[in-house]
Amino acid sequence: MGHKTALYEKHLQMNAKLVDFGGWDMPIHYGSQVEEHHSVRRDAGMFDVSHMTVVDVTGADAKEYLRYLLANDVLRLQQQGKALYSGMLNETGGVVDDLIVYLMTEPDVTGEWFRVVVNCGTREKDLRWMADHTALFDSVALTERPELAMVAIQGPNAIAKVMTVVNESRVKLIDGLQAFQGLESEGWFFAKTGYTGEEGLEVMVPEEYVADFWQALADAGVAPCGLGARDTLRLEAGMNLYGADMHEKVSPLTANMAWTIAWEPIERDFIGRKALEKEREAGVKQKLIGLLLETRGVLRSHQKVMINGEEVGEITSGSFSPTLGCSIAMARVSANIADTCHVDMRGKLIEVKVVKPSFVRHGAKVY
Amino acid sequence: MSDIPSDLKYVASHEWIRDEGDGVVTIGITDHAQDLLGDVVFVELPEAGAEFAAGDDLGVVESVKAASDVYAPLSGEIVAVNGELEDAPELVNSDPYGDGWFIRLRLTDVTEVDDLLDADGYAELCEAES
Repeated sequence: MGHKTALYEKHLQMNAKLVDFGGWDMPIHYGSQVEEHHSVRRDAGMFDVSHMTVVDVTGADAKEYLRYLLANDVLRLQQQGKALYSGMLNETGGVVDDLIVYLMTEPDVTGEWFRVVVNCGTREKDLRWMADHTALFDSVALTERPELAMVAIQGPNAIAKVMTVVNESRVKLIDGLQAFQGLESEGWFFAKTGYTGEEGLEVMVPEEYVADFWQALADAGVAPCGLGARDTLRLEAGMNLYGADMHEKVSPLTANMAWTIAWEPIERDFIGRKALEKEREAGVKQKLIGLLLETRGVLRSHQKVMINGEEVGEITSGSFSPTLGCSIAMARVSANIADTCHVDMRGKLIEVKVVKPSFVRHGAKVY
Repeated sequence: MSDIPSDLKYVASHEWIRDEGDGVVTIGITDHAQDLLGDVVFVELPEAGAEFAAGDDLGVVESVKAASDVYAPLSGEIVAVNGELEDAPELVNSDPYGDGWFIRLRLTDVTEVDDLLDADGYAELCEAES
């Protein structure tokens, strides 16, 4: 038996098929992964993401600590609630985890603090890594917030539907949110973020309230969606999955995450910086590309990518795209690839199209 | 609990077989199999006229989750293929014993049918696997 989120009973009531995910019993789907995927692209769907790890970073050195810990620079957060996506790297420039960090106060005020959300499967490693590096600073405290459940509500009608189930002050708060901003409201936290390529919110809720919130959303017509749909949605949106598309042996430069590295100011030292600079000077050897299979069949992770009969890399994430009706994948390759290449699919070399690793945004194809 | 109709025969690789008389059977995959696979997105089947021996690869079912081989449970010649699955592979999930059928086979040796599992035998096998 794995850990259970505060929504476990709701999942059973709603006929979820549960699977083990990083030690948690989580819904993979509630009947049809493909239908759930379509709900998010066309209307509104919700995901229980309470298994993710929330850590509050406080103390007088919180900002300097995060500027050292993360490849992106929290100094870029210049407004209360603004969020930043970043890799947390090791000394060799590999990705320990990817995360989102929110500035929870106004910038540069006394008591300035941050909220970090890291992956579930990497929880223990991340907490140890984060704790180890506090030693370099006088005043940093890390507080895990396991009592916060989290629900992601995503889709073109998601925000409007959330607004029908919260009180007036929260409607106002949500209405005023910018993209990639999150704000607190009496112990709840509403953020305009997500992992689907659609508009939507990620809401942290004290766990005693989350079952009622989930039920109210269901009654408002928000479809419960499992981790299966979450994966096909993020793949269509070209968003990386930790452990598949990047990990400790992969640098952000080869994982389509160069944009998350804040090189300036050059005086800022962060973990992994020297390794990344070296890699950049030597020339980056690999890159993450998108693949599209327009005929029948489904691309799967670890299938080999071939050019002229030579192996040049492998698929890091592959699946069927319900929106496009064909298979898509991300692959890490060592060569410059033109418009097409081949993938070894169960012993057969199949030609696939090469595109930028972003396939669908806001319901429409983008490649 | 998955649906296992008592009027059908089964094999351990999760195909079902319906006797249509005159040495012809209809074949598909079981409710248990479609449940394990999740949403089916492609079904690749041979064409009518092709001949198979029991145990041969018959085709591939691709779901969102995985690719899975389908085996010929009996020897024979294919007399019909369910063309509906090309555009509506989800029929395998929604109606595995009806509109989600795969092929019809004219048997080479009707006595092979005697080796198939009945519903109780298949139910036991599914239980042992889970």
